Amino acid sequence: MEELNALFHGFSVALTPFNLVLMLVGITLGVIIGVLPGLGGANGIAILLPLTFTMSPTSAIIMLSCIYWGALFGGAITSILFNIPGEPWSVATTFDGYPMAQQGQAGEALTAAFTSSFVGALVAVLMFTFIAPLVAKFALKFGPPEFFAVYLLTFCSFVGTGKGNPFKVIASMMLGFAMAAVGIDTVTGQLRLTFGFTELLSGFHFLVAVIGLFGIGEILLSMEEGLSFSGHTAKINPKIVLETWKKLPRYWATSVRGCIIGCWMGIIPGGATPASFMSYGVARKVSRNGDKFGTGQIEGVVAPETAAHAAGTSALLPMLTLGIPGSPTAAVLLGGLLIWGLQPGPLLFVEQKEFVWGLIASMYLGNVVGLIVVLTMVPLFAAILRVPFSIIAPLIVVICAIGAYTVKNNLLDVGLMVFFGIMGYVFKKLDYPLAPLVLALVLGDAAESAFRQSMLISQGDMSVFFSNWLVGGMTGLALLALFWPLISKVISRLRPAASGGGAA
Amino acid sequence: MENSKDIEQRAVRVVTVDLAVAAIILALGALVVYESVRLGAKWGADGPEAGYFPFYIGALICICGAAVTVQSLLGLKSDRATFVTYEQFKLVLVVLLPTIAYAVGVWMVGIYVSSILFIALFMKFAGHYSWLRSAAVAGPVMVAAFLMFEIWFKIPLPKGPVERLLGF
Repeated sequence: MEELNALFHGFSVALTPFNLVLMLVGITLGVIIGVLPGLGGANGIAILLPLTFTMSPTSAIIMLSCIYWGALFGGAITSILFNIPGEPWSVATTFDGYPMAQQGQAGEALTAAFTSSFVGALVAVLMFTFIAPLVAKFALKFGPPEFFAVYLLTFCSFVGTGKGNPFKVIASMMLGFAMAAVGIDTVTGQLRLTFGFTELLSGFHFLVAVIGLFGIGEILLSMEEGLSFSGHTAKINPKIVLETWKKLPRYWATSVRGCIIGCWMGIIPGGATPASFMSYGVARKVSRNGDKFGTGQIEGVVAPETAAHAAGTSALLPMLTLGIPGSPTAAVLLGGLLIWGLQPGPLLFVEQKEFVWGLIASMYLGNVVGLIVVLTMVPLFAAILRVPFSIIAPLIVVICAIGAYTVKNNLLDVGLMVFFGIMGYVFKKLDYPLAPLVLALVLGDAAESAFRQSMLISQGDMSVFFSNWLVGGMTGLALLALFWPLISKVISRLRPAASGGGAA
Repeated sequence: MENSKDIEQRAVRVVTVDLAVAAIILALGALVVYESVRLGAKWGADGPEAGYFPFYIGALICICGAAVTVQSLLGLKSDRATFVTYEQFKLVLVVLLPTIAYAVGVWMVGIYVSSILFIALFMKFAGHYSWLRSAAVAGPVMVAAFLMFEIWFKIPLPKGPVERLLGF
């Protein structure tokens, strides 16, 4: 098959010594980033992005995506050992992971987490290898209305599947769009929303927003708990690993479910975080030991980790083929692609074969290397967290500041970073979701230009979004997703009897 | 953090902050709408005007801001959930205020000097380390950073009078 040929070519690109070193460095950095609070996947990649300007785009994306895998693995370490989720998608891992550690089974929990992550990611990459080119070919048929419909679907899914106050979700999203609109309007050349400040000519850069919202904001939040961490030691040796591996196949069904949920959520795009929660919830309902979840069931670790990694990996699929990032971290990677002059989308597969398949090959390798790295170095990574917060906190702030500055060599961005930090702190506490904001900031200009082009084509007729089955289908789905909470409430009211009024 | 009935910790309630933030969002939305109208939010001669898209964004922001404002007002009397206690907030300020000072410092004297001062002073006053230990961490870290950024990666970071004296 054509894909296998391309894949092998990709392996030859990925297996150069330089790229292998980058992979190792990336994964190690990624795990450290995943372990440290305040420095998360999206944030860490955002900071390191400018450093990769000196490398070729292929090497750069290999390193950055390995950081991504590392962060996916690393978030589990702190969740299990310290009951502190290093990443938002590791929250569900704390439910059963930490109790396991408390009962002295930290090594088993960690092995289970890493192995499940590996499996989830591998399945997603396999799916990626064969489906991505298909999606890319399909996406060649997309015109501006189709692209806008996809963006619409993305954003409406957030509102529809989000659990919180829908007004807050929409507000967050719209604020992101508004921020994206600041600066020079590319079509008319007019200045928008700058209010006379020349510093705002280039608008808000999403990297600065990400570093501030997720980085500084996270540190401010962590400070509420005080300046001390204490956690459980983890003994992880080959014997424990092998014994856990013997136990894991029992949970193959949970694994499969996790993979399916993860791949689906990564693509649609929901992201790794909702995927992990959904998988945990489903596993709890379906499993024989469901009622023991929360007390230290190994299945309760397998479910969320498989899904989170499958989602995190498959989030790259829509990113590469359609230019739609499936998660905030994928959004940052997308931004990176744009900065390097690579246009994600169907043409990427045609014009930049080496880049795409080198990346896909590195996904296989990265996960294998990642698994080995984390299994062997857990005590080391856990030790990092023993460094007192009063040393780590200022170091992280300095790293964030450097990251923010190097985006555009603009001093204002450091101040903006602090501002976004405060905003991130307040928003997180008030349950204004940050993911839609970041996505809107990254995609805002693209979405707007797709809209305007569609309007130009149709001369102002909105029905262009229903003009053919593809566009109409997506727009319809989008509207369905948007109003789903309302619709499901109406449906449940129309079915009274049965389970005496208990809605989810 | 235990909140027993006799030790009523002074705190700010969620609804209060929710209300304030929602009001700010409403105001921001109004600002966006105003700007959109100024740019022209209708159909121009050759397609939508610059303010067309932002107008609807601003309108949605206003609607959502208003909705959350109303929701908060309705819960103002009854909702007792705590946003942050004064104790917790003091801890947050321990990081926030120095960070703001640090950002100003980066602007005024460059990043290397500010970072050394920031790290060292934070370790000393928030972490209660000795001057020696604080300097021992702050100094080498920033010297390493200097070598890495200025000399190895050749990525210029903001510098100030001290670096100019040293010839950079």
